Amino acid sequence: MPRLHDHLWSRPCAGAARPLSRAPRAARPGGMIAAAPRAPGPAPAGPSGRAGGRHRHLVQRGLVLFLVGVVLALVLNLLQVQRNVTLFPDEVIATAFSSAWWVPPCCGTAAAVVGLLYPCMDRHLGEPHKFKREWASVMRCIAVFVGINHASAKLDFANNVQLSLTLAALSLGLWWTFDRSRSGLGLGVTIAVLATLITQFLVYSGVYQYTSPDFLYIRSWLPCIFFSGGVTVGNIGRQLAMGVPEKPHSD
Amino acid sequence: MTLTERLREKISQAFYNHGLFCASYPIPIILFTGFCILACCYPLLKLPLPGTGPVEFSTPVKDYSPPPSDSDRKQGELSEQPEWYVGAPVAYIQQIFVKSSVSPWHKNLLAVDVFRSPLSRAFQLVEEIRNHVLRDSSGTRSLEEVCLQVTDLLPGLRKLRSLLPEHGCLLLSPGNFWQNDRERFYADPDIIGTIHQHEPKTLQTSATLKDLLFGVPGKYSGVSLYTRRRMVSYTITLVFQHYHASFLGSLRARLMLLHPSPNCSLRAESLVHVHFKEEIGVAELIPLVTTYIILFAYIYFSTRKIDMVKSKWGLALAAVVTVLSSLLMSVGLCTLFGLTPTLNGGEIFPYLVVVIGLENVLVLTKSVVSTPVDLEVKLRIAQGLSSESWSIMKNMATELGIILVGYFTLVPAIQEFCLFAVVGLVSDFFLQMLFFTTVLSIDIRRMELADLNKRLPAEACLPPSKPVGRPARFERHPAARPSTPHTITLQPSSFRNLRLPKRLRVIYFLARTRLAQRLIMAGTVVWISILLYTDPAGLRTYLTAQVTEQSPLGDGALPPLPVPARHADPAFAIFPPDAPKLPENQTLPGGPPERAGAAEGVGDGPVPEVTWGPEDEELWRKLSFRHWPTLFSYYNITLAKRYVSLLPVIPVTLRLNPREALEGRRPQDSRSSWAAPGPRPGELWEAESLGPGGAPAHGDVTLYKVAALGLAAGIVLVLLMLCLYRVLCPRNYGQPGGGPARRRRGELPCDDYGYAPPETEIVPLVLRGHLMDIECLASDGMLLVSCCLAGHVCVWDAQTGDCLTRIPRPGRRRDSTGSALETQESWERLSEGDKAGLEELGDSPPPRRRPAGPPPPARFRDQPDLSCLIDTNFAARPRSPEPAQPEPRHRAGCGRARDPPGYDFGRLVQRVYPEEGRAAGPGPALRPPSPAPPLAPEDEGGPAEKGSPPLSWAPSADGSVWSLELQGSLIVLGRSSGRLEVWDAIEGVLCCSSEEVSSGITALVFLDKRIVAARLNGSLDFFSLETHTALSPLQFRGTPGRGSCPSSPVYSSSDAVLCHLTHTVPCAHQKPITALRAAAGRLVTGSQDHTLRVFRLEDSCCLFTLQGHSGAITTVYIDQTMVLASGGQDGAICLWDVLSGSRVSHMFAHRGDVTSLTCTTSCVISSGLDDLINIWDRSTGIKLYSIQQDLGCGASLGVIADNLLVTGGQGCVSFWDLNFGDLLQTVYLGKSSEAQPARQILVLDNAAIVCNFGSELSLVYVPSVLEKLD
Repeated sequence: MPRLHDHLWSRPCAGAARPLSRAPRAARPGGMIAAAPRAPGPAPAGPSGRAGGRHRHLVQRGLVLFLVGVVLALVLNLLQVQRNVTLFPDEVIATAFSSAWWVPPCCGTAAAVVGLLYPCMDRHLGEPHKFKREWASVMRCIAVFVGINHASAKLDFANNVQLSLTLAALSLGLWWTFDRSRSGLGLGVTIAVLATLITQFLVYSGVYQYTSPDFLYIRSWLPCIFFSGGVTVGNIGRQLAMGVPEKPHSD
Repeated sequence: MTLTERLREKISQAFYNHGLFCASYPIPIILFTGFCILACCYPLLKLPLPGTGPVEFSTPVKDYSPPPSDSDRKQGELSEQPEWYVGAPVAYIQQIFVKSSVSPWHKNLLAVDVFRSPLSRAFQLVEEIRNHVLRDSSGTRSLEEVCLQVTDLLPGLRKLRSLLPEHGCLLLSPGNFWQNDRERFYADPDIIGTIHQHEPKTLQTSATLKDLLFGVPGKYSGVSLYTRRRMVSYTITLVFQHYHASFLGSLRARLMLLHPSPNCSLRAESLVHVHFKEEIGVAELIPLVTTYIILFAYIYFSTRKIDMVKSKWGLALAAVVTVLSSLLMSVGLCTLFGLTPTLNGGEIFPYLVVVIGLENVLVLTKSVVSTPVDLEVKLRIAQGLSSESWSIMKNMATELGIILVGYFTLVPAIQEFCLFAVVGLVSDFFLQMLFFTTVLSIDIRRMELADLNKRLPAEACLPPSKPVGRPARFERHPAARPSTPHTITLQPSSFRNLRLPKRLRVIYFLARTRLAQRLIMAGTVVWISILLYTDPAGLRTYLTAQVTEQSPLGDGALPPLPVPARHADPAFAIFPPDAPKLPENQTLPGGPPERAGAAEGVGDGPVPEVTWGPEDEELWRKLSFRHWPTLFSYYNITLAKRYVSLLPVIPVTLRLNPREALEGRRPQDSRSSWAAPGPRPGELWEAESLGPGGAPAHGDVTLYKVAALGLAAGIVLVLLMLCLYRVLCPRNYGQPGGGPARRRRGELPCDDYGYAPPETEIVPLVLRGHLMDIECLASDGMLLVSCCLAGHVCVWDAQTGDCLTRIPRPGRRRDSTGSALETQESWERLSEGDKAGLEELGDSPPPRRRPAGPPPPARFRDQPDLSCLIDTNFAARPRSPEPAQPEPRHRAGCGRARDPPGYDFGRLVQRVYPEEGRAAGPGPALRPPSPAPPLAPEDEGGPAEKGSPPLSWAPSADGSVWSLELQGSLIVLGRSSGRLEVWDAIEGVLCCSSEEVSSGITALVFLDKRIVAARLNGSLDFFSLETHTALSPLQFRGTPGRGSCPSSPVYSSSDAVLCHLTHTVPCAHQKPITALRAAAGRLVTGSQDHTLRVFRLEDSCCLFTLQGHSGAITTVYIDQTMVLASGGQDGAICLWDVLSGSRVSHMFAHRGDVTSLTCTTSCVISSGLDDLINIWDRSTGIKLYSIQQDLGCGASLGVIADNLLVTGGQGCVSFWDLNFGDLLQTVYLGKSSEAQPARQILVLDNAAIVCNFGSELSLVYVPSVLEKLD
């Protein structure tokens, strides 16, 4: 359970928000530890002789997902910082990319964990994900996700309820267009809820703050972003998991 | 439900009709679509071009009032006013343009005087402006009330704090360099240094501080020692918050009155409003770039899936064009109907593309190409369209629904986005249906035509049959011309150039005309000339300055002490009488002569005339477009999406007389020069020259940087061109004979069938010694081993053609009788197997390999004489379809007889009988089964001479040889009895053997000390050879009990060779293994069970099982580059990726079996039972051309040196250029009357070719042939 908690709470950064500064530091090892025992998890499912290869490919996948998470975090941060949606303390702003150093690694870790979790869950549930399994669709999904972030950061809405509803509809549309699996929906919702709770906690403990909180301490659209982020990363993870098994033969 | 069904049917029908329509009239439809696109895009012309440059709009000064804000804006003004022209501007900018010159110029004035006193007047002007007060009926109004009050500078600009005004009016003049303090100016020893101290050290396009304060571009200011115009221009920039017409008018009137400009023609009528776009910073650029990267990845991954079409790139381009032009159309239509885009086009563009998507296009393509290929193009398009119609419509409806939901969010931006997306979707659908479908039909038609051209030869000689898939197309185009044997089948002469791939033709054209080099040359010249013309670095000014400096005005012997300020007494009113001496004093030897020269040159120049032309009216245009944003950004005022209004300039002319100029001189100069005449003047000069020195130095650095950058850019450009040239030009460009000249030689492509071919005749070395047809050939370059049907193995010297050894030794047939009975039994068992095989042969397609049946009861024991002979033939016969050594085979389905069909028992028996007579007795005719040949050779004397008369023969008792390999001096034989024998090729002695498994060895691989034997029962045995130099006297006789002992029987001689069975893969295949190849550490087996398997050679681990053939595998090719090709009885060739085990391409190559297969770096060469040799492009799988072979010579081919193909014919061999498919030469071997078909060709390393003409071999040295080619 702590493992689950760790990776899920570091998840928020992949969306748009950034978790705390000290807590992530403590939690990042946790995230790593979480990823490490998870790695051999799917291995038994593969051919027994190829366990080593699968293990390696799991690490590779994790690495790719980590990089994706880092890049997305940086890019989306920039979008948010432009609009002064979030405020960091001054000394944090002075660091690279006008954001805290711990945000990208956290997002990367979270992305890796979520991206590995999705195919793993598919396998355990025994319902392989077959809908639109191709890279073009994944790219489309990422583009839509960035677009949702873009909209949340740049558009001028009349009020926050409208913004939140719009984003919720967009997120559901994203799930419907690119995922359509019950497991994906469930996992996405879980991620969104947990991540929102963690963000609330972080803001409450004063690590950072939002400029105009309208939902307790945070912005009300945050769960939508977390949800669509989870779906997107899960999509990438599934595609990676599908693309990789062809390779193990090559040595 | 029924409604849905009906709807579905209707849609499908409509799409079908539409597909027919599109495919029928492609060109008109494309033209119509193009017209539609253009028409819809026409309104786009009115839209401003995207970009961040400022936009201007001018209004007359008269009756100007600030435009109303957005709310009360009237609709009627839409047309003439830009939409940003609402509300008051950020600021009104008034520039007071000062031109000043010292006139008349006198010789004793210094270069410094050109600008020192004019600049000093700036302080006076600023005073006047600051103190200007308008007094009218409404009261007094001072500058402070109307000007733009600025507060602090940005925190990052602390170093500019002393230069830019803070907490007050924003008023800029050159005086700001000296804090608007006249005393500081007079105290400044180095004006130019002060001015340039804040110039950036690097190249920069944005506004510099000097530009900001001077208000004119640097080169117009005239503040330089080397200007010839001696006119100084600068502006005093005033920024107003409000437009106060009367105040401005009074200021203008007063300034014009004080400093009249007599010949001023400035009209000062219009007010220019400059609107600045939002600036894109790095922070905004990164998300933008990211979205574009994602977009390109999306397009890439989408278009990658386009397959099975003639031109992938063309279709991908068409798909992208479809999406892009639908977007353009959507924007155009929206503009037409009055909706103006307010969103940032660049930002939402990727999202629009992603929303519209390429999916439909791809689905369409996939559906069309998956229709049966033998249909007409029209029908294919129509069927493809109609089969996908439902899903396309459904998708579109879904997307429209989603977007409509988005429209009801009532957020303006989202609504606009949705509107664009909806229109874009509709127009995308329109374009898909009309444009893309038509392009697709054209592409498919092109493919059919191209295929037709390529496939003509293949079908020419073939009876129509019904294979599945692509070859089905052949039937629709029956062969027009019968092809003559041994003729390369080409298109009629008009189509001749079709043979060459287009790519190659373009490259050859480029290479021939040296177009690339010429283009590079021309490009470089043009580039350099453009560089000189546009003069980016002020090259011309620099050169002019250089020329001026070197002008011979300065005298050689110049006095060393420049005392310019000696008489600079501010009190003196007229020119001192000794003033003319000044130049002499100035140009002292110590002083740099060019400075004096400059001064003198200036002195002689014409009197500068201050003129005002129309170009002065809008000199601010020549400033950097970021001039105003930069200025305002210093005070944290952004101009993004806002505008400033530029008031007409107020011209001010300052005409100074020389006296005033002298007054302006720095008093310190004179004082210091009076105080210390010696070194001080030098210092003074130093100080004065620092400025000028600084500026040109700066200019120099810039110049050098530009030059270095230009040089680097040029080098990069040339390198890039070189790389491109390398890539584009073929490797063999420039090789002798690679070009067209050689092609011309072989253009007449045939031999004795109507053409006059370049044919020669040479006498080859004929290797005779086999009684029956030669089945197996192997060579390692030095030795050549052949094996005939009778089981005789001959070892030849590949250089001389001498027969070195025979196995078994001639004349040693009757010596061992001990095991005759046992042997005979085994023979009979075999014979039964053979008979069973023969019976099978009758009713079923011929099996590749006779399965070893269970030993039947021996029924022919009483007739030993004939049965063994017949057995031999039977045993030997079925191995003719040996894929490793392909032979023309007879198939029931193949109507034409190539060889005597069936088994000619009679002939064999006739041939046997006389020998039987000579052999005196049936029993002894059998070969002893001994694995150990006698150690007492009878004919040790020497190798049998070449062409020795055929010795009497008998079949080997061990079963016939089914496979043979040679390496070093070791021959490995695989026999039908399952026995593996290793012979020493030179000595002719058996080294060791292994007979644990009775299943016949169908194929062998012998790769450095490793032998792999594939058996009839589908198992694989891996042996390893060990050589012991130590003499080991032990001789193990293998026990007949199979598999009981892992080590095989060993024969030891002086250097013993041991053959260990290391691994066995008991059930590698379900059916007999027919093909076996090894290379690059991999072993590939092909079997009758339609699969291939890839094993690792070292540990016999099975890596992949490759499935893809629909018939038994007949031949396999693998080489060091890990390319794997396989051919099967289904006539297909598959190329595989050995690393991933995936199928790279699949080609229907032949009617009937593929008999042999080989690859070069660029192509795959296959031969089939249809006597065709096909050459394929290895990367694309497109057939390049095919060669018709003589009857029975189908499989005889070899590749020499990667670009020369050798094929065998009726008593001849032909050489072809692989790259072009040209017949280079046909060489007849011996007399053509006794010509036999060349069944097999083996290319040796030493450029020799071994041709198998039945029972004799011909050894041809290619160099002798090749040198005659040229």
